[in-house]
Amino acid sequence: MERIPILRMGEFLLVTIQVDMHDQLALTLQDDLADRISATSARGVLIDISALDMVDSFIGRMISTISGVARIMDAETVVVGMQPAVAITLVELGLTLPGVSTALDVERGMNLLRTRMGRA
Amino acid sequence: MTNLNHRTVDALRINHGELLRNWAADMEANTSQAALKAGELQQQMTEFLRLFVRGVEAGSPGSLATGEWSEMRHFLEKLSYNWAVMGVDSQETAAFIFSLKRPVMVLLQREFGDEALFFVEQLWVVSEFIDVLAMHTISTFQKSREAVIKRQQEELLELSTPVVKLWDGILALPMIGTLDSQRTQVVMESLLQRIVDTGSQIAIIDIIGVPTVDTLVAQHLLKTVTAIRLMGADCIISGVRPQIAQTIVHLGLDLQGIVTKANLADALALALARTGLSVGRAS
Repeated sequence: MERIPILRMGEFLLVTIQVDMHDQLALTLQDDLADRISATSARGVLIDISALDMVDSFIGRMISTISGVARIMDAETVVVGMQPAVAITLVELGLTLPGVSTALDVERGMNLLRTRMGRA
Repeated sequence: MTNLNHRTVDALRINHGELLRNWAADMEANTSQAALKAGELQQQMTEFLRLFVRGVEAGSPGSLATGEWSEMRHFLEKLSYNWAVMGVDSQETAAFIFSLKRPVMVLLQREFGDEALFFVEQLWVVSEFIDVLAMHTISTFQKSREAVIKRQQEELLELSTPVVKLWDGILALPMIGTLDSQRTQVVMESLLQRIVDTGSQIAIIDIIGVPTVDTLVAQHLLKTVTAIRLMGADCIISGVRPQIAQTIVHLGLDLQGIVTKANLADALALALARTGLSVGRAS
C-alpha cells in the first residue's frame, strides 16, 4: 500500500508530501504520524507541502487535525512551502488553519521549530 | 435585394474616375478627418471604389459573406479596426461610406435623368448596397472599440498591482484604487507568487491609495492576509488614514490578528526590526 515516508531528524519528524493526496493516503498519514510521535517522543513535526498543488477541504482539515493531534502529544507542527494556489484555495474554502504555524521553506521551518524548542 | 441593371453597372465602371474625384471633393469639404493622413484616405477611397465596382458587377452584396463581396468585407473590417485603434469616432467612420451616396446620385441623375422610373429604382438599389456596407463597417468598428476597451481594462488591472521589493525579504504592495473581488484576486495571486519567488518573509500592503474601506474590502484584505500567513510569511497593513480607521471602527470590522501601521515608514521599520536589521545614522 502507498505510504508517505516519515523521516526522523533528531527530535523532529519530517514529512514530505510529493504525491497527489487522496483521502485514504491522508488518513494513513494521520495514523502513522500519531504512532511515530508516540514512538519517538518527537517534539516537532515539519510537513513540507511544496509539491502539493491541489487541495480540497478534506486535506485542509487533515492538516488542521494533524496539528491538533501533535499538539496534544506535545509536539509543534509547522507547515512549510505552501503554494500560492493552495493558500488561495484554503482561504476561499474558509479553512484558515488557526493554530498551525507556517514557514516559507524547510530551512525556515526548522529554524522556527528550534526557536520554539529553545524557548520552551 | 435586387441586382443593379447592367446599364447602371456600366455607368459606374466607366465613370469610376469621376466618381472618385467628386467623392474626394465632398469628403474634403464636409469632414475633418484630422486623424487620417490625406494620402492614406485617398488610397482607401480608391481601394473602396475599386472593390465596390467589382462587387456590383457580381450582384447584390447580401450579407457580404460570399463571392465577390468577401474581399470588400475584409477591406472594411481592416479599415474599421484601424480607425477604431487610431481613435476616429463612429460618426466619421459612417460618414466615410455614406458620403459616397451623393456622387453616385449625381452620376446616375446625369446618365438616366430622363428616365425617371428607372433612375429612382436604380438609385434605391445603390443606396441599399451602400447601407449594407456602412452597417457592416459600423458593427465591426463597434466590436474593435470594445476589444480595445477590454484590452485596456486588463492592462490597467496588471498595471495597478506592482509588487516592489523594499529590502531583502521585505515586499511592499502599494494598492491604488477601489478593491473589488476581481482585483483582489489578481493582487493576491501576484503578491503570493512574488513571495514564493523571492522567499520574502514579510509583505507590507499599503492601502493609502484605497479611497474607501467597507465590509467587502475589509473581507478581501483579511483573505489576502490569511493566505500570506498560510504561505508562511507575515503581513503588515500600512497607510491606514484617519478617516479609514474611523470607518473601520464604525462598521465594527474585526481586523483580528492583523498588524496595522499608520504609514509605510513605520511598517518598514517594524519589518526591519522583525528581520533583525537596524538602520542607524552613519557618522
